[in-house]
Amino acid sequence: MAAPTTPAEIGGIGHSVQRKEDARLIEGQGNFLDDIDLPSTLHMAILRSPLAHARINGIDSEAAMALDGVLAVVTGDLMDQHGLAWMPTLSGDTQAVLATDKVRYQGQEVAAVIATDPYIATDALELIEVDYEDLPPITTPQQSLEEGAALIRDEKEGQTDNLAYTWETGDKGATEEAFAQADRVVTLETHYPRSHPAPLETCGIVADVNSVTGQATIYMTSQAPHAHRTLFAMVAGLPEQNIRIVSPDIGGGFGNKVPIYPGYVVATAASLLIGQPVKWVESRTENLISTGFARDYYMKGELAVTDEGRILGLRVNMLSDQGAFYSDAQPTQFRAGLFHVVTGSYDFPAAHIDCKGAFTNKAPGGVAYRCSFRITEASYLIERLVQNAAYEVGIDPAEMRLRNFIQPEQFPYETATGFVYDSGDYPTALRTALDEVGYEDLRREQAEARAEGRLIGIGIAHFTEAVGAGPSRTYDIAGLKMIDSAELRVHPTGKAILKLGVKTQGQGHETTFAQIVAEVLGIPAIDIKVEHGDTDHTPYGLGTYASRSTPVGGAATAVVARKLADKSKKIAAHLLEAADEDIELASGVFSVAGSPDRSVTIQDVALAAYTNLPEGMEYGLEDVTYYDPPNLTYPYGSYIVVVEVDPDTGVWQVQRMVALDDCGVRINPMIVEGQICGGLTEGFAMSAMQWITFDEDGNCIGANFMDYLVPTAWETPKFELLATEVPSPHHPIGAKGVGESATVGSPAAFVNAVIDAVAHLGVRNIDMPVLPDRVWAAIDEAS
Amino acid sequence: MFPSRFDLVVAQTVAEAVEAKVDAGEGGRFLAGGQSLIPMMKMRVAFPETLIDINRIGGLDAIERSNGHLQVGALVRHADVVASDSTFGAIAAAAPWVADPLVRNRGTMCGSVAHCDPEGDWNSVLLATGAEVIAHGPGGERSISIADFVDGAFTSTLGEDELVVGLRIPVPSGRSGGAYLKLERKIGDYATVAVASHLELDDSGGISTAGLALTSVNPINTKVADAEALLVGQQPSDELFAEAAELAAAAAEPRDDVRGTAAWKRQVVRTYTKRGLAAAAQQAEGS
Repeated sequence: MAAPTTPAEIGGIGHSVQRKEDARLIEGQGNFLDDIDLPSTLHMAILRSPLAHARINGIDSEAAMALDGVLAVVTGDLMDQHGLAWMPTLSGDTQAVLATDKVRYQGQEVAAVIATDPYIATDALELIEVDYEDLPPITTPQQSLEEGAALIRDEKEGQTDNLAYTWETGDKGATEEAFAQADRVVTLETHYPRSHPAPLETCGIVADVNSVTGQATIYMTSQAPHAHRTLFAMVAGLPEQNIRIVSPDIGGGFGNKVPIYPGYVVATAASLLIGQPVKWVESRTENLISTGFARDYYMKGELAVTDEGRILGLRVNMLSDQGAFYSDAQPTQFRAGLFHVVTGSYDFPAAHIDCKGAFTNKAPGGVAYRCSFRITEASYLIERLVQNAAYEVGIDPAEMRLRNFIQPEQFPYETATGFVYDSGDYPTALRTALDEVGYEDLRREQAEARAEGRLIGIGIAHFTEAVGAGPSRTYDIAGLKMIDSAELRVHPTGKAILKLGVKTQGQGHETTFAQIVAEVLGIPAIDIKVEHGDTDHTPYGLGTYASRSTPVGGAATAVVARKLADKSKKIAAHLLEAADEDIELASGVFSVAGSPDRSVTIQDVALAAYTNLPEGMEYGLEDVTYYDPPNLTYPYGSYIVVVEVDPDTGVWQVQRMVALDDCGVRINPMIVEGQICGGLTEGFAMSAMQWITFDEDGNCIGANFMDYLVPTAWETPKFELLATEVPSPHHPIGAKGVGESATVGSPAAFVNAVIDAVAHLGVRNIDMPVLPDRVWAAIDEAS
Repeated sequence: MFPSRFDLVVAQTVAEAVEAKVDAGEGGRFLAGGQSLIPMMKMRVAFPETLIDINRIGGLDAIERSNGHLQVGALVRHADVVASDSTFGAIAAAAPWVADPLVRNRGTMCGSVAHCDPEGDWNSVLLATGAEVIAHGPGGERSISIADFVDGAFTSTLGEDELVVGLRIPVPSGRSGGAYLKLERKIGDYATVAVASHLELDDSGGISTAGLALTSVNPINTKVADAEALLVGQQPSDELFAEAAELAAAAAEPRDDVRGTAAWKRQVVRTYTKRGLAAAAQQAEGS
């Protein structure tokens, strides 16, 4: 990787600067939502449906109201009087805020109690009596689309079945032609199970509406505070200047904190009606059973290949389980997000993708759990398919990939589904990872082990992601273009404040974004305060998710810093009595070309900006930039996993995990590696243990951390990280997003490794999570 | 996660604790480590009216050998068992597998035994090693063999006002070994399947005492008596252990659930019994 151009004390791009935010978080001085304690705060608790599908014949809240300390019991009928019983979703559907007619999933919001303390609020929930009339629950999308299935969305005008959407893309005719020319067709049917982002901090809100001024200060766990302000204005009809969203320290988001949840709306309405602050913080169970889940894609992929292992085309049929409301948090005109990036890292001319989604009696959501809008599912499918194709053609899975990779000279490369990949060198990445893991030796060891009855498997995934949503011509949320912003103000003493439209949830923005400014202006990163999350004090932006902060907000930061560099050069020229065009800036020192001893520092220039300016120049050193990215960025990586499977129990253990990532220029290599380790851990979790499932009555299995498993350091394999660095040609500093690469890329590597251990028996699929009983059954069935 | 209202009594002596329990009646619960009870209260599946905290009672925190037994007091935490050099065989093998480090620091061995969760680890280990539970009630102290104590899922034969004050586990006098093989999905998870094995050898190397018990595969921790009977008097061998493993698999009636299918769980019982007995025999032979 390229060496840093600034010295360590400035800490520009390429320095592993310690995270500024860590000290306060580690020492207990963070300020999370539940730490916010306003005078006279009331507490809200939500009554949730125990049933997956039932008609509500009545709600009796008299006994709850009679309890000392209870101020209000809010029902759907009350919300309906204010036009707030339903709210729009981010995918153009509507979602119940509090159920008025039916409950459509277990855990759905039915009523809310507002009380003087959270214990009383919870006591009161037990006193509310709801008269439910059972309806048949539908728990799979296949069942949902059957003829005669009970209609889940009977309230929706024109809805006569349980179909949520259909969507197709690609060239059907060209794809059929490719399949006609193929020597063989490799098919894989697999389910990417429902999972949940499960941030350690659950979602919550403190809504503080001033009944006199109408000012609504809303503290909430929001990955997108500005977008939420506008949506609040649009949905609740509040004047936008009176809405201030403050997103405090956030204990992890992973997509879970992108949507607006019913609890936010009820708490805000309650504060408005009662005139006191209302706090609501979800329990762990509430978070897992009702807020945005991820995945739940049933996918059938077919790959047309030649006997030489050339891929000619790809056909995908996908059925998604949307739950009761279609509320995918996704900003594209494409109904299945960026799922059509499913052509992966390979050069072939034809693809056709056919998608539909079904309503079921399960929680809605469809958030991108550490993923750029359904790319995880896509990446998983193509990498599983290519691996299986190698087995069918009879060539090594690494060789299969090398034969089909998009070549470095083909970039920018337009895929069969219309993405324009910006840059990459896939063969070098894969070969580097193969060398590191000792691939050929491993294949020999695998053969020897098999002869002894031991099962070793080597799994590869080479993923390409599409992150940094997104160019305004293609991307919006509720019409809002997916731009982001940075406002930079340099104070007279040469220190600076940088204000962002994006919002960290642990990604390290307070450090890395300061480094971008340090790189450009040479102000030490430690001297740059980064502010974000408060809509009154930061410029507009669409927020942090889908690995978009660095591609969009990071670009805005570089651009605004360059604007100030230009002005600074003029001030330096004035101070040095030189021509503007002769001024050179390096690591915070402005010097005259050819006379390096004639120089001033950025600190000198900052003071001059407020004290001593060239004729006609406006005072101050500050600016703001709104950045509309010209394209997405396309990080990629080669992951290789080695496992040993116990043939007697199906238990598998990871022996090695080599992960090479190329995310272009790394602003802070340490933080990038931290992100990759976190993502690999989550990818491992999904492949090995993590899923939310339901019984036939629609009861959620996975409603707490006893059943929904989050791996600890004990289970997590050791990761060996590698890097290459092919910059993004269109990003101002050559960076690409990386926060989600490892979650996207790694599940296929883990699963491919287990499959590879038993592939010689004829096993071609084990659905995630690859639980030991599934492995044992697959071995048993095959042998 | 807010529990319903309860009263708290902090007992200073065993007698005070028992008296408080008599006063509280059915709504009273003893609180030691609280690692099962408190989460149940927070989830509102347990609603004790009175909690009787026994953590301040002196003299209940010892784990030591005495009169040929390992004695474990009611306030001995799982972490104390892990750290103790008085343990042996299956006890020592199981301790680090109980829950996770945080729960082990707080949760007590006696509390786990009294809870009688069929997915709990200790009762299988105690069934395999032949332990006794010491209970203290209004009428004084009595000893109950673990096989009589464990009565069903979350039920024991403990009297309503009795407090478990300790455990007595016989320490083998000759060569012995033990194992606790646990398949769990992650650290801190309950067992999907676990097998406790305990073997004592006579001077000729034959098995003089055998203990075998299963966790999580029946509604109660299960002592596999027919396998134990089969093992006693035999020389350890792979064939013998395979035969015992078949009996263990037959004694398991697991259910299909998110942890796995019944058929697979039975296969794990078979495998872990073979491996556990072999490990126990190896340890005994080397002792």
